[in-house]
Amino acid sequence: MSVKRNPGLEARQQLGWFKANKWLLARRATQLGFFLLFATGPLLGIWIAKGTLASSMTFDVLPLTDPLVLLQSLLAGFQPESLALIGAGIVLGAYLLIGGRVYCSWVCPINPVTDLAAWTRRKLDIKKGWNIKPKTRLWVLGAILLASVLTGTIAFELINPITTLYRGLLFGLTWGLVTILLIFLFDVFVTRNGWCGHICPVGAFYGLVNTTGLLRVSARGRHRCDDCMDCYAVCPEMHVIAPALNGTGRDETPIITNIDCTACGRCIDVCPERVFNFTHRFDQRLDPPPAPKPLAARGDLVKAA
Amino acid sequence: MALSKQNGFGPADPKRRRALKEMAMYAAGTAGVAAAITGFAAQSRSLPAETLRPPGALPEPDFQSACVRCGLCVRACPYDTLKLAEFGDGPAIGTPYFIARQVPCEMCDDIPCVKACPTGALDHALTNIEKARMGEASLVGRDACLNMLGLRCDVCYRVCPVIDEAITLQITHNARTNKHAIFEPVVHPDACTGCGKCEKSCVLEVAAIRVLPKKLTKGEIGDHYRLGWEEKNKAGKELVPDVIDLPDRLPSTTPDVAPPELSTIPGLGKSGAGQ
Repeated sequence: MSVKRNPGLEARQQLGWFKANKWLLARRATQLGFFLLFATGPLLGIWIAKGTLASSMTFDVLPLTDPLVLLQSLLAGFQPESLALIGAGIVLGAYLLIGGRVYCSWVCPINPVTDLAAWTRRKLDIKKGWNIKPKTRLWVLGAILLASVLTGTIAFELINPITTLYRGLLFGLTWGLVTILLIFLFDVFVTRNGWCGHICPVGAFYGLVNTTGLLRVSARGRHRCDDCMDCYAVCPEMHVIAPALNGTGRDETPIITNIDCTACGRCIDVCPERVFNFTHRFDQRLDPPPAPKPLAARGDLVKAA
Repeated sequence: MALSKQNGFGPADPKRRRALKEMAMYAAGTAGVAAAITGFAAQSRSLPAETLRPPGALPEPDFQSACVRCGLCVRACPYDTLKLAEFGDGPAIGTPYFIARQVPCEMCDDIPCVKACPTGALDHALTNIEKARMGEASLVGRDACLNMLGLRCDVCYRVCPVIDEAITLQITHNARTNKHAIFEPVVHPDACTGCGKCEKSCVLEVAAIRVLPKKLTKGEIGDHYRLGWEEKNKAGKELVPDVIDLPDRLPSTTPDVAPPELSTIPGLGKSGAGQ
């Protein structure tokens, strides 16, 4: 299978540009929205959320803390104030409810960077590249937790590109942004979806939190699939699609249940056959198969009888 | 292939070999990443001497396990004193610090930075800003200090928020002119908060008085030392009873050669001393 250079073309032609990019636009708006919650303060003096993604205070009442950062802090041997614990609890609860990796494609500021890298890669028609296993990130997660224990520091925060990017943009620091460039180059030239799909321990963490979330993508219209492979071409975690699309998952469920799915909805956008849709975890409905021709023949039979 | 299939998942099975090799690779990679971060973390733990932590900051090793680098303290600071460390600034990346010579701490009564800290990396137990110990002022450039040259600058003394407690002026004789006094600024560590206002306002090109992290200014007496006078107070009595108290030989306050008796000077009799 060669990676297609222009996935979603058919959908754009059939449905129009806007409809064929609906969820992508929604995601960009959400990502920007989250950033603006923090940025209106320093830019315009209107303070909504203070702090960064690591920990914040919204309207002076809602504390939010990154649970992975706090976990490292705990492993480093520190007992945080209740404010941070409550904040991490709220965040963790929210992602358990919605779906952990929703963070990755709807909030994380690195997502537009790696999406751009994936797009560049498709345009340049760069072949698959270095083949790292997606589970590598679990090892990286293990490594940073181990490093936290060993050093007594919040180890990943020394290099975390996510918080570095937010901090850089919100506090006017530039040097850390080099990390972002490195990730972009890594994703373009080394491994397809390299950072988000293989390395990032934050994604690994939210993947582990991704087992109960309600928001899921369903391949409800899977019998309409004409194997154009556009969804595979755009999916940042392409291994998650097959079981739902082919009905090879448990109970032949149309729901994409793999914890790696970020619920980005890009498969929904690019599918000209409208196979996919957003739904909740327990929605097992399948669109009925198209009326088969033998039925009409049988009708004739009935009439004849 | 066929042989290994026959054998099942035997020791020579290439699948098993591959799996083991892969496992070893990942484990080695994990250890490598952990080691690299550990090394990096160890390096970031040393704080350059001119960078000070906000009030209430835990001692440095603890601080790095507690600070999530969210910047809430920076946002809370009304004077833009605090900054988040940039890569290469010295303190661990993303952690808050200030440089006294640039913008010192104004010692807000309500300590908003500490209140804003969600984790307690800035210890919430600190409620009185005068109890803050961000560092300690020290007259390291003693020879350049204008007061030490016999002039009356006094600026560090005047700006000190804990004036007359953290910095006092100690008057000594000016040996150069032999008739003036030297007003030496003396820092009292038990009262100095390390806010850095003295360093900021020092009029010299390079500040003579600097605020340094406590670690660099603090001397510490050995654990085994017992100070006699304190032990005596604790015990409430002489520690060694019945010590013969010999008269102290204090240094003479009079010149080495005792002046002659007035009466022996010609013309100055005992009665004639009053002119």
